[in-house]
Amino acid sequence: MTAAGNPSAGCPRGLAPAEQAHASDISAFVRRSPEGNTLQLTVRGAKCAGCLSKIEKSVQALPGVTQARLNLSNGRFDVRWRGDLSANDVAGTVSALGYGVAPFAPDAADSAAKSEERKLLIAMAVAAFAAANVMLLSVSIWSGHGEMGETTRRVMHAISGAIALPAALFSGRIFFQSAWSVLRRGHANMDVPISLAVLLALGVSVTETIRGGEHAYFDAAVMLLFFLLIGRFLDARLRRRTHAAAQDLAALQARTVTRLEGTEARSVRADEIIAGDIVLVAPGERLTVDIDVLDGVSEADESLVSGESLPRAVAPGARLFAGSINLTQPLRGRAISAASDSLLADIARMLEAGEQRRSKYRRIADKAVSLYIPLVHTTAALTLIGWLLAGAGVREAIMIAVSTLIITCPCALALAAPVVQVVAAGRLFRKGVFLRSGDALERIAECDHVVFDKTGTLTLGEPELVRSPHDQDKLQRAARLARASRHPLSRALVAAAGAGSVAAHVKEHPGLGLEAEINGVRCRLGSAEWVGEEASAATTSLQLWYVEGDSSPHRFLFEDALRPGAGDVVETLRRRGIGVEILSGDRQDAVATIASALSVTDWRAGASPADKVERLEQLRAEGRKVLMIGDGLNDAASLSLAHASLAPGGAMDVSQSASDGVYTGAGLGAILTMIDASSLARRRMVQNFSLAAIYNFIAVPIAVAGFATPLVAAIAMSGSSIIVTLNALRPGWKRF
Amino acid sequence: MEMLAFLIPVALMLGLVGLVSFIWAVREGQFDDPDGAAARILIDEDHPAEQACK
Repeated sequence: MTAAGNPSAGCPRGLAPAEQAHASDISAFVRRSPEGNTLQLTVRGAKCAGCLSKIEKSVQALPGVTQARLNLSNGRFDVRWRGDLSANDVAGTVSALGYGVAPFAPDAADSAAKSEERKLLIAMAVAAFAAANVMLLSVSIWSGHGEMGETTRRVMHAISGAIALPAALFSGRIFFQSAWSVLRRGHANMDVPISLAVLLALGVSVTETIRGGEHAYFDAAVMLLFFLLIGRFLDARLRRRTHAAAQDLAALQARTVTRLEGTEARSVRADEIIAGDIVLVAPGERLTVDIDVLDGVSEADESLVSGESLPRAVAPGARLFAGSINLTQPLRGRAISAASDSLLADIARMLEAGEQRRSKYRRIADKAVSLYIPLVHTTAALTLIGWLLAGAGVREAIMIAVSTLIITCPCALALAAPVVQVVAAGRLFRKGVFLRSGDALERIAECDHVVFDKTGTLTLGEPELVRSPHDQDKLQRAARLARASRHPLSRALVAAAGAGSVAAHVKEHPGLGLEAEINGVRCRLGSAEWVGEEASAATTSLQLWYVEGDSSPHRFLFEDALRPGAGDVVETLRRRGIGVEILSGDRQDAVATIASALSVTDWRAGASPADKVERLEQLRAEGRKVLMIGDGLNDAASLSLAHASLAPGGAMDVSQSASDGVYTGAGLGAILTMIDASSLARRRMVQNFSLAAIYNFIAVPIAVAGFATPLVAAIAMSGSSIIVTLNALRPGWKRF
Repeated sequence: MEMLAFLIPVALMLGLVGLVSFIWAVREGQFDDPDGAAARILIDEDHPAEQACK
C-alpha cells in the first residue's frame, strides 16, 4: 500500500480512501478512429470538485490528449487523444493519484436504456406542460360555473383540446403501443385500461366541445398521463442505475488476456479470444477463458470455480477453467473455447432455465392488475347499461360510464410499486447494495430459508494464520521464505509476520513448497512431504511446515476466517425463524469447522454445481422459498434457480448476473439490511395497493351514481396519487 | 374579457418556451451528470486544482 502513506493521494476532502494501484494491460479497450483514440474508464473514489479537477487536469497534461471529461455522478471517464499515447499511461496517471480505475466497454443495452429514459422524461415534460396549462383553463371554467357565457366556455374547451390532444397523443403513445402489442397477442396489461380511459376521455371531450356541452375531460386525460409517466420514469431510471452499477463491478475484474502471436505477446480483450489461441497467464492473474495447460508448473486457486479452498497443483495437460487464479509460476496454455462459451455451457443453460422460471414470478402489481382490469371494465359496462335501462339518454349514459373509467384509472396503482422500489433501492444503493431488479425486493421479503455458500461468502476466502505463542520466533524465520511467494498460505504467513527481510535465491517448487539457503543452512517451507514429515501428510487441513537443516519441523495451522458479522447474521436469521443452511463445494472438515463455529446443524460439503441445484429443487418441492447467497461459478446455477439470490461484490460476474442483488464490503451485515429493507418495502407496497383499493371503493360509487364531474375526477386522481407517494416516502427508512 | 384573447396566448407561449428549453436541455445531456455540474462550479480555473476544496 504505497498510496496509503501519501497524503495527497485520493480525494482531497477525505471522502473516499485512496485506492491501491493495480496494473493490467488495458490497451485492448482503446477504440481507434481517424479522428483519434477514445478510451472509457470507470473511476472509483472521485467524490468532490477537487477530485474532478485533479483527475481531469493531470490527464489533460498528457501529450496529445484533446478531451478528458469525468462524469462525477456515475464515475465514467471519457478520454480522447491523438498520437501514440498508451492507454496504460492514462490509467496509470489516474491510479497514481490514488483513485481506482478500470477499463469499461460501453454496451448496447446501456445506450438503449438511456434513450428509453430520455424518451420517458420528454413525454413526462410534455404531459406536465399540457396538464398545467389545461388545468389553468379548467379552473376558470369550474370557478366561472353559472356565470361564464356559453361561447367563452366553448372557446376555453377548444383551446384546452388544442393543447391536450397533441400532448396526449405524443405522451400517451408509450402506453398505446404497449397496450396494442399485448392486445394483439390476446393478453391484457395495465396499459390497456390506461389507453382506453385516455382515448375515451379525449373522444368524449371532443364531442362535448363540438356540441357545446358543460363537461370536458381534457385536463383529466393529460393529468392521468403525467402521473403515470412519473411512475414509468422512476422505474426506468432505477433499472438503468442498477444495470450501470453491475457493469462497474464487472469492469473491475480482469478482462484482458495475453495472447501469443508468433513470438510476440499481445494484450487483447477476453472476447477476442477464439478456441486454439495460445495464451500466457502471469502469476496472480485470473483466467477469463478455459485453457489446457501446455507449459509451466504452477498452482491454481479454484475457490471461485469449485469452492475448494486449497490451491491445486497444475502441470502440463491439466485443464483450468475461467475464474481460477494462477498463483506461482507463469503458464502457457491453449484456449479450449472462446471466452463467451468458456463460462461453461452447462452453467449457461442452467442459468437460462432458472431465469425462465423466475420470469414467471407474479409481482404484487401483476396480481393487483389482474383483479383490477375485469372489475373496472365490468363496472363501466354495467354503469352504461344501468343508466340506459333507468331511462337516461345515450349521451348521458356514455358520459357517466366514461367518467367511471377515468376516475378508476390506475394512477395510484401505477405509482404504488415503483415509488416504493425507488426509495428502497436508493437507500440500499448508498449502503453499497445494488438491486438488479425491482421485484427482487418482493421476492427477498418472502424468503423463509437461507442457503449460504461457504468459501468467499461466509468466509473471506483467504486463509489466516492460527496464532499460537510458540510460533513467534519460527514465524519470523519462515516469513523470510514466504515473502518471495504468491501462494495464499505464504501470503497469510507474511500478513501475520509483518514487514521484514527476504531470503536470497528462494526457489519455489509448485505443489511442494519453498527452499532457500540461509547462512549455509537449508531451510524449507511447504507441505508435510516437503519437509519429510510423512506421518502427518494425510491431514488435509490448511497447514504449512517449516524446517531448518535437520531440526524437527514446525507446523503452522491456518483457517479460512469467517467474514465479520457472519455469526450475527446467522444468529439473527435463526431468531426470526428463518432456516439457515450451508451448501459448499469444499472439503468435509473445512465445512464442518465453519458450521460448528456458526452452530449451523444443516450443512452439506463436497457439493458439485449439479448437487447444489438438486438440493434447491428439493427445498422448492418442500415448499420452501429459498434465498441463496453465493459467489462462485459453481453457485451460478443455484443462484438463478433460487426464489431470490444475493452475491457479494467479489463474486464472478456470471454469479452476479444470476443474482437479484449484489452487496459490497467485507462484512455480511448488508444481508440483514437487504432483508429488512425488503420486508419494509413489501409492507409499504401492500399498504399502497390497499390505499388505492380504498380510494376506488369511495370513488367508484360516486362515479357510477353520476356525480363525477371533471372537478371531482381531478381532485380524486391527484389526491390518491399524492397519498400513495407520501406513504412511500414516509419515514421508517432511516435505519437503512 | 377581451384581455383573454391576449393573455391566454401569452401564458401558453411562456409555458411552451419552458417546455422547449427543457427538451433541449435533456437532449444536450445537461442532466447526465448532476453531481459533476454541482462540483465544476467550485473549480477555480486560475489556481491550482487542490485549492478548490480547501
